[in-house]
Formats: sequence, C-alpha cells, structure tokens
Amino acid sequence: MKAKVYVTLKAGVLDPQGKAIQHSVELLGYGGIADIRQGKYFEIALDDSVDRAHAQDAAERMAREVLANPVIEDYRVEVEG
Amino acid sequence: MKFGVVVFPGSNCDHDAYHVISKHVGQPVSFVWHKETDLAGYDAIIIPGGFSYGDYLRAGALARFSPVMASVQEFAARGGFVLGICNGFQILCEAGLLPGALIRNRDLHFICEHVNVRVETTDTPYTNELKRGAVLRIPIAHAEGNYVCDDQTLAELRREDRIVFRYCDAAGNVTDAANPNGARDSIAGICNRARNVMGLMPHPERACEDLLGSSDGRGIFHSLTATLALAQER
Repeated sequence: MKAKVYVTLKAGVLDPQGKAIQHSVELLGYGGIADIRQGKYFEIALDDSVDRAHAQDAAERMAREVLANPVIEDYRVEVEG
Repeated sequence: MKFGVVVFPGSNCDHDAYHVISKHVGQPVSFVWHKETDLAGYDAIIIPGGFSYGDYLRAGALARFSPVMASVQEFAARGGFVLGICNGFQILCEAGLLPGALIRNRDLHFICEHVNVRVETTDTPYTNELKRGAVLRIPIAHAEGNYVCDDQTLAELRREDRIVFRYCDAAGNVTDAANPNGARDSIAGICNRARNVMGLMPHPERACEDLLGSSDGRGIFHSLTATLALAQER
C-alpha cells in the first residue's frame, strides 16, 4: 500500500519559485498560463502490517507534523493499493 | 553565566557564536551536540546559523526533531534565554517557539550583505542596552529569510510589542526598498510572548569586530549579559 502526500503553499503565500518557473515556461513559448505554484510530493510505502484506515490516519499525521508546515502549507493525502 | 551553542549537522555559524561569547562577551561557553538532552547549568542557549540537515524538506524543519530540541522547549518554558540566529530563527519557528515561518526570499537569491535594522523595542533581554529607533548595521546571509505570518499573528506581534528588529535604510526609515527579502512588515526579528526567546535573520555574531565591517551586534550580546547579571543578583 502506498500513501501519497501532496504539499502545496497556501493561497496567498508568495511562491517566487513558482513565478520563476512560470517565467521560464513562458520563455519556451507556452501561452495562456495564469499561474504556476510549486509544491512537494511524497510517496510513503507501507508494509502489510498497516490497514487502510490506519494508513490514511498515519499519513495525515505525518503530513501535519513533519511534511507540511501548517503556517504556510496545505496538504492532501491519498492512499492507494 | 554559562552559554551553550547548539550544533546540528550542518550548523556553520556555531564557531562564530562561540568565539563572540568567549572573546567579546567574556563568558563561559560550550558547544551542545544536537543529540544531548541535558541543558542543566546553562543560562542561555544559542541556536546558530547554518544549514541544519542541509535545509532538507524546509529550512529548520528537520532540526526541530533533534533530541536537544525537546530540552530547548523545556528550557525556554522555564524562562531560559534562547537566541536563534538565521537558521536558528527558522528552527525556532518550525519548533513553534516563535510564530510564523520563513520562506524563500522574494527575489529567489541567496543574499549575503550588510543591512540596516532598526531596534523596535528595548523591552527584551536582547535589546535593553540599546536605544529604541537605533539603527544597527548587521550582515544577513540567507535564501529563506522572508518572514510570513497571518494577519492575526501580525496584529498580536504589534500589540504585544514583540517585533524586535525591522529592516530599514541607513537613516532608520522602514521602506520596501530597504527590505532585502520581502519579509512581512519588514520584520527581521521577533520574540515570544514571555520575551525570553528571540529569533532574528541578521547575524549579530558576525558584527562584533570593526575589522569585519561592523561591531553593532555587540549591543545584543551585552544586553543579554546585563539581563543575566541582573537575574543572578536577584
């Protein structure tokens, strides 16, 4: 089983890296881009001792306590497999 | 009075802090390896600058899980003085000892230069020997020094007089042009509610010798030693 955690900057928190990436992409000629926000993605492989409900719970806790800083970031957890 | 300088893997201003405390402040000082947990006997703990854990995940994010940090939390809760400089400030924010967070500089650059900061309050153990409104010339060296917090936190910091330093020009005017990293309200340093924990992005330990361009940082350490001397008299 795998838990996927997506960490993104909260709306309203400046993302200068996203802006720089957007600029580079636009230099390549891609138009119509309103905004690019950069985030982080984590894959947590879980062994067979963990059931699905616990996996969701554990991944949410990890996201809250370590993977994301709730002052500036939001997170989303998906468990699959 | 005894100072401790915490050393994480990746700290690189630990020796500067040690040097300033032993040579200029003239007080006993020891390094405290991040796996140590006994802070008995220390009066002040410095969390120095650097790149603890390589800044992996977020600046300061992993250092907060080092064994020593639980002891630093207890030390601070008991009223011990904790000074976080640069990466130390980031760690204190990640650890929840100070509110807010430090994100990437608005122009993305790592900035290493002398800046001016204005003393916003003298009601802290770190600034009580300074004058309110005084301008200190102290270097910064960071890529993630852009202080952010929500509106409620900012209002609280203002109301409780906890904004200790703000970036300014040489004349002491706080302007956007004098804000090197985009920090909210030009905040360069803040303290906690009990005022014993302070974090700041500029490096006062690098500004204690005229030969190095400025000795304005000394006032911060002298304020702290004056506070500690007073506490010991009581």
